[in-house]
Amino acid sequence: MTLSPDINRRQFIRTAALATGGLIIAFNVPAAGKRRRTGQEPAFAPNAFLQVGTDNSVTVILSHCEMGQGIWTTLCMLIAEELDANWKTLQAVHAPAAPAYFHTIYATQRTGGSSSLLSEFDRYRKAGATARQLLVQAAANRYKVAVQDCRTEDGMVIIGDKKIPYSDLAADAAALPTPADVPLKDPANWKIIGKRIKRMDTPAKITGKAIFGMDVQLPGMLTAMVARGPAPGAKVKGYEAAAAMAIPGVRQVVAIPGGVAVLADDFWAAKKGRETLQVDWDLGPGANMNSDALLKEFRERANKGGIAATNTGNPEEAFTRAAHIVEAEYYQPFLAHAPMEPLNCTVQLSADKCEIWTGTQTQTDDQRGAAEITGLPVEKIFINTLFLGGSFGRRNITRSDFVREAVEVAKASGKVVKTVWTREDDIKGGMYRPAFLHRFKVGLDAGGTPIAWKQISVGQSVMTGGPFEKLAVINGVDMFSIEGMQTAPHVKAVKDQRIEVNTPEWPVSVDNWRAVGLSHTIFAMESLSDEMAIAAGKDPVAYRRMLYKDEPRLVGVLNLAAEKSGWGAPLPKGHGRGVAVFEAVGSFVAIVAEVAVLNNTIHVNKVTCAIDCGIAVSPDGIISQTEGSIAFGISTALYSEITFRDGKVQQRNFYDYPMLRIHEMPQVAVFIVPSKEKPGGVGEASVGQMIPALTNAVYAATGKRIRHLPLRNQPLNGHLQDSKLMG
Amino acid sequence: MIQLTVNGKTYEVDAPADMPILWVLRDKLGLTGTKFGCGAAQCGACTIHLDGEAIRSCVAPVSRAVGKKIVTIEGLDDSLAKPLQEAWTEVDVPQCGYCQSGQIMAAAILLRDNAHPTDRDIDNAMTGNICRCGTYQRIRSAIHMAVTLKTSAAAVQP
Repeated sequence: MTLSPDINRRQFIRTAALATGGLIIAFNVPAAGKRRRTGQEPAFAPNAFLQVGTDNSVTVILSHCEMGQGIWTTLCMLIAEELDANWKTLQAVHAPAAPAYFHTIYATQRTGGSSSLLSEFDRYRKAGATARQLLVQAAANRYKVAVQDCRTEDGMVIIGDKKIPYSDLAADAAALPTPADVPLKDPANWKIIGKRIKRMDTPAKITGKAIFGMDVQLPGMLTAMVARGPAPGAKVKGYEAAAAMAIPGVRQVVAIPGGVAVLADDFWAAKKGRETLQVDWDLGPGANMNSDALLKEFRERANKGGIAATNTGNPEEAFTRAAHIVEAEYYQPFLAHAPMEPLNCTVQLSADKCEIWTGTQTQTDDQRGAAEITGLPVEKIFINTLFLGGSFGRRNITRSDFVREAVEVAKASGKVVKTVWTREDDIKGGMYRPAFLHRFKVGLDAGGTPIAWKQISVGQSVMTGGPFEKLAVINGVDMFSIEGMQTAPHVKAVKDQRIEVNTPEWPVSVDNWRAVGLSHTIFAMESLSDEMAIAAGKDPVAYRRMLYKDEPRLVGVLNLAAEKSGWGAPLPKGHGRGVAVFEAVGSFVAIVAEVAVLNNTIHVNKVTCAIDCGIAVSPDGIISQTEGSIAFGISTALYSEITFRDGKVQQRNFYDYPMLRIHEMPQVAVFIVPSKEKPGGVGEASVGQMIPALTNAVYAATGKRIRHLPLRNQPLNGHLQDSKLMG
Repeated sequence: MIQLTVNGKTYEVDAPADMPILWVLRDKLGLTGTKFGCGAAQCGACTIHLDGEAIRSCVAPVSRAVGKKIVTIEGLDDSLAKPLQEAWTEVDVPQCGYCQSGQIMAAAILLRDNAHPTDRDIDNAMTGNICRCGTYQRIRSAIHMAVTLKTSAAAVQP
C-alpha cells in the first residue's frame, strides 16, 4: 500500500472564536458543515485542533489516541514548534469522534499502523503556524507596526522591548480573516522538533491521577461482566440466572448476541454472579479445534499449494543452476495482545443519543457499530477517548468487538453500564495474531545471491472483512499474510520466483496485533537470511550487506548496529550474537542480540538497535518505543503462545501466558540514524526484527536453528523456567 | 460495615469480607489509582502498602485490612514518593502508564528498606511487576536516580 497523507484535498483550515474570546484553529470537512448540532455540545468544537485561550491556556486537540506510544506529546511538539508556544502552558485532550479528525491517509478516525506522525506531521504544524501568524498580525495591528517587526517566543509576540502574551491577542486574532498557505519553519530553525522533550502525560501516570477507560465512574453505573462462549463462535442455547441473581449486589442478567451479561453494583459482585451463572452453550464450529492438528493441517495446505502472489520465470529450472539450495519451514503460533489494562467500555444510552467512554483506536468504527445496534444516527454516538492502558492492536479491532458488546449490554439492560473483562477474558478472547507457517525453497548462486525462490505461506487473513480489505486483499491474497516478503529487496531481485498464499478459514477470530504481518514475516525472512548466509559460508552481517547493497538505509542501520554491538568481537563459549535487519512501517531497523545459553537456559544479555525512521521528531520517544518493542519481541520469542484443545483456549492468565519481567530485560542500546526523510513509523518498527535476532543468536551460541516459536517449547530449552512469579 | 484506614482517613465500607481490597478501593472509595491487571497476583498493577508491606490488593480480602493501615499511590508519603516520582519524570519511564502506580509502590518499599540497591536487588524487588510496554530498563535507571535524589535531599536537611 502506498501511504501519502493529503490534507489539502479533503480539508481546509479555518479559524473561529471561542465563546470566551480565544482563538480556534480548525480544519473543516466540507460535508460535515451541514450537520445539525443538537443535544449536548461537546467541550470542543468538533473540528478544532488548537485553541489559544484568553486565560493563558493553549489546548491541543488530539486526533490520535495515547496508548503509550507518546503521540500525546509528539503532536503537541508539532504545534508548539510552529506556534512558538510556551511549552508549560500547553495541555492536550483527546478529540471527540468527528470527521474532522479522520486520519489523513485512512479516511477514518483511527490510530494504528504506526502512522500517526506521518498522518499529522503537516496538519498539526499548519495549525500551529496559522495561529502564530494570526497572533502576530493581531499584535502588528494593535501596535501599528509591520508584521516583519514582530517576532515570537515562549508564547509571546515581541515588538522591540514589548512582550505581549498570546492570551492578550487571542480575541483579536480570532476576528481576523483566515490566512491561506502559511509557510512552515525551515527545519534548520526547529527548536522543539528533534529535541528531547519530556512526556506530558508522565505526571498524571505516576500519581494515579491518569484516567483510563477502566477508571470511568458515572452516577448509577453498574459493572457488567459477560459470559462468553467457551469456544470460538459458540452460541447461547439457554441460561439460568437465579443463582447469579441471588448474589448480593447483582442487579440484572441479560442475554446479548454471543453471551450473557451479569450487571452488578461493583466488579466483585459481577464476577461472583458470572461464576454462578449457568449457561448452556452450543459450541458451534470451533468445538473441534486442536492445536496439535493445526500444524498438521498447515503442512498439508503447504503441500497442496495456494494462490500465487508472485509468479515469474521458472523457479524449478533455476534451482538446477543453483550452487546451494536452502529449504526451511517456520511456524509461529496464535498470540494474544495482553495489554495491562483489560478491556472495558462504559455506555450511557438514551432515546436520542449514545455516549461511550473507553480507550479505543477506532472511533469511527465504534460509532458505526453503536449506530447499527442502537438505530441512532452516527452523529448521535459520542465517544470519549480515555488513555489506553496498552493496546498493541487489541483496541484496533475493525469490528469494534468490545465496544459493540458494551452497547448491546446497555441496550438490553437499559442501564448505564461499564463492561469489564478479566485477564482470563482477555487471554481467551480471540482477535489473535494468526498462527502462520512459512515454507521456503531458495536457490543461491555460488556467491550466495538468491536466484530461485519458492515460498508458501499458510495462515488466516487479518484484513478480510475489515475496512482495508479492498486495499489489502488482492486476488484472494491478503498482502499482510506476506507483509514485507515479496517487497524485500533480495526477493524482488529474483527473476525466477513463485510466492503462494494459502488462507484457511478457522473459526478463531484474528485481527491486528502489533506489527501485524511483520510480527511473523520478519522472523521467517530473517531466520532464512541467516540460513542462506551459513549455506553460502558468509558472516551473517556481511551476507546481509551484500543482499541489501542497493538499499542504503537498510545497510546504514545494519552497519551502525554491527559497529555499536561489537559484531565480530570474540565471545565466551555458549554465547552468541544474532542479527536481523528489515524495513517496517516506513522505517529501517537493525537489531543485534547477544545471548548466553547456559544449562539449557537462554539469557538475553544485550540488545543493540539502530533505527532510521526519517526525521526523528521526538528522539527520546523513539528510543523509548524501541526499548519497549525489544521487550515485546523477546516475550514473543521466548514465551507467547495461544493453543486450543477441543475448541477451548488453554491459556488463562500471566502464569501460563507469561510476559518478560524486569530480571530478564537485557541491556538495550538504541541508536537513531539522522535523516531528513519523511517520518516513518516507530511503534511497530522493531518488534519483528527482535525475534530472529534472538533466535539467530541462539544458533550462533549453540548451533541449534530455531524454526518454531515460542522458544520455551524447544528441546533446547527444556529447562527454561517460567519467570519467578510473586504473589 | 467494615472500618478501614486508607491514606490516613477512616472509612466505613459496606463490603463482603471476601471482596479484594482492590475493588473496595476502586469501586467503593473511588480511589482508581490502584489498577486491576490480572486478579491473580501475577502482575503487580494493584500493589499497595498494608502496614508498610507491599501486597497484591487484587487477591487480598478486605477482611485482612481491618485494623491495619492501607496506603495507595494517592497517599504515598512524600519522603518515599517524591524522589521516585522525580526520577520517573526525569527518565520518562511510563509509556501507557497503566502499571506504573504498582511499579512505584513496589519501588517505594525497596528504597525504604535498601538505601543503595544493586541491579540485582532491583530485579528481585520488581520482578513481580509486569510492564507490557517494556519500560524495565528505565525503571531500573529511575530507581538508581531516586537513590541519588534521596541522598542529595537528605544532605541538605538540617
